[in-house]
Amino acid sequence: MHEQDTEGVKIGLEVHCQLTSLATKLFCSSPSDYRGKPPNTNICPVCIGTPGSLPVLNRKAVTHAAMIALALNFKIPERMLFFRKNYFYPDMAKNFQITQYDRAGGVPFATDGHITLDSGKRIRIGRMQLEEDPAKLSYDGTIESSTQTFVDYNRAGITLVEIVTDPDFESPREAREFLNKLSSILEHLSVSDLNLEGSVRCDANISMAGGRRVEVKNISSFKEVERALNFEITRQRSLTSKGIKVMQETRHWDEIRRITISLRLKEEEQDYRYFPEADLVPVTLTKQFVQDVKKGMPEMPEERAKRFQKDYHLSGETAQILVREKALADFFEEAAKHSKDARQLGSWLAVDLQAYLNEYGKSLEELKLTPKHFAEMANMVSSGEVSRGAAKTAFVEMLKTGRMPRSISEEKGLKVISDTGFVESLIDKIFSENPQAVQDALKDPKAVNFLLGQIMRATKGRVDPAVANRLVRERLAAAKGSK
Amino acid sequence: MTKKQRQEQFISEKEVEHLAELAKLELSKKEFTKLRGELNEILGYFRLIDEVDTENVSPTYHVQDIVNVLRDDTPTPQQPDMLLEDAPQKKDRFIKAPKMI
Repeated sequence: MHEQDTEGVKIGLEVHCQLTSLATKLFCSSPSDYRGKPPNTNICPVCIGTPGSLPVLNRKAVTHAAMIALALNFKIPERMLFFRKNYFYPDMAKNFQITQYDRAGGVPFATDGHITLDSGKRIRIGRMQLEEDPAKLSYDGTIESSTQTFVDYNRAGITLVEIVTDPDFESPREAREFLNKLSSILEHLSVSDLNLEGSVRCDANISMAGGRRVEVKNISSFKEVERALNFEITRQRSLTSKGIKVMQETRHWDEIRRITISLRLKEEEQDYRYFPEADLVPVTLTKQFVQDVKKGMPEMPEERAKRFQKDYHLSGETAQILVREKALADFFEEAAKHSKDARQLGSWLAVDLQAYLNEYGKSLEELKLTPKHFAEMANMVSSGEVSRGAAKTAFVEMLKTGRMPRSISEEKGLKVISDTGFVESLIDKIFSENPQAVQDALKDPKAVNFLLGQIMRATKGRVDPAVANRLVRERLAAAKGSK
Repeated sequence: MTKKQRQEQFISEKEVEHLAELAKLELSKKEFTKLRGELNEILGYFRLIDEVDTENVSPTYHVQDIVNVLRDDTPTPQQPDMLLEDAPQKKDRFIKAPKMI
């Protein structure tokens, strides 16, 4: 993705994430596994808003939300309340959504959290709240041309956490890093499966120096966020350069065309008439409760990265890349059990594998490789059986075919050449072909690298670098002595 | 209610228009005047509460003095088809609603 000038850019994010590991909805015992189900099968009087039905809060939803709040460094108030957000739209049959509110005496689930980026910059997360997901709407043809709305209430009432950051991001790249960290935290907590369709959604607001705030809605995955933000910066910059002022508006991210589209502005200012949900009693989150949740928390990505550095002697950078996705970190630890050189293993997984996955737009899961594949790869290199350079050929072949690296190396003859007789004769040849380089190397030890490079090139990197280095230097020393 | 209270206007025309818009109600002039009068009376009556000294009283958000009514995360069988029967309009298993945008 191209980088662009982001001076004067201010971005804030609003993330909605379903707590997909819950078996029931937030306020009723309807099952939550709505994906792939026929419409309106996971519904009950509560989530379909039948008069007289009463919501009851899911205990596990509170525990899971508390885990998220602690992981994101939030303050958890001792008592929280639910509010009604009133609006007319068929995605909530009750004509209101049960949510939380931070004004009019409302208390959200948590306040004043943050995530720290690798640069040390702190992104403030003003608040987090627990609320119900609305129903899914579909249309006859497009949203504009359809004369009717079709409502499936299976999703209505599913537990959502809403996470709202301050406008602390100064580039789309920072937003992406934040979302990577956030998703890894959610994965490590096992509270949400972000790979499920629609499990996370993101709205972004973005403003640039001199312009008004634009809200971009409907970004349906974390991966799309950076793309949508880059588009918006380009659009706003191009308006400004033409002398047109950026208006405050809400735009919609069109994932297929990869552009943002203006939504018709409502004449009437939004007024949700929030008021306390009298059908739910307040929830107290005692110090004891918070402490118990804390005790039960699994290892978080930041701690895990630190442990990786300590236990496996990885660099900070490698450790950070590995913990960016829980699946990758788990994969690394599994492979490390079969490998004697975790550092070598870490570099294959964090550098070479990532480059391949980025280039081909694939995921580790799709490659159908086992941790043993990578362990064998790392072992081959660290034992000196195959040089790091030659191993790359076997690595790419392994990723493409799923074959074990040793058998690829044997078939392609990638094994390291440590036969000194062969290397000596090769040195003879290269020295006689490059007299000038030999002269240079005699004067400047740094120029030796050119001769070593020639040896590696002639053997496609198969010569043991230590052997080549030693023999070349011996030969140069002899030449110097005989002068 | 004193005569003075009855004459006082607690809700402006603009506020009534706003409420009607939020409630998606289209009001005739007659209905509008009638509603405004009624709302005014209700609000006027509620003004009586203002006379109570609440200086040292903490706000109440729930009338019952209970907290933490929670349930376990265990699904129970539902009867979705029975609920669907009550839907005014359907298409297959979808509930039909008017066009919104």
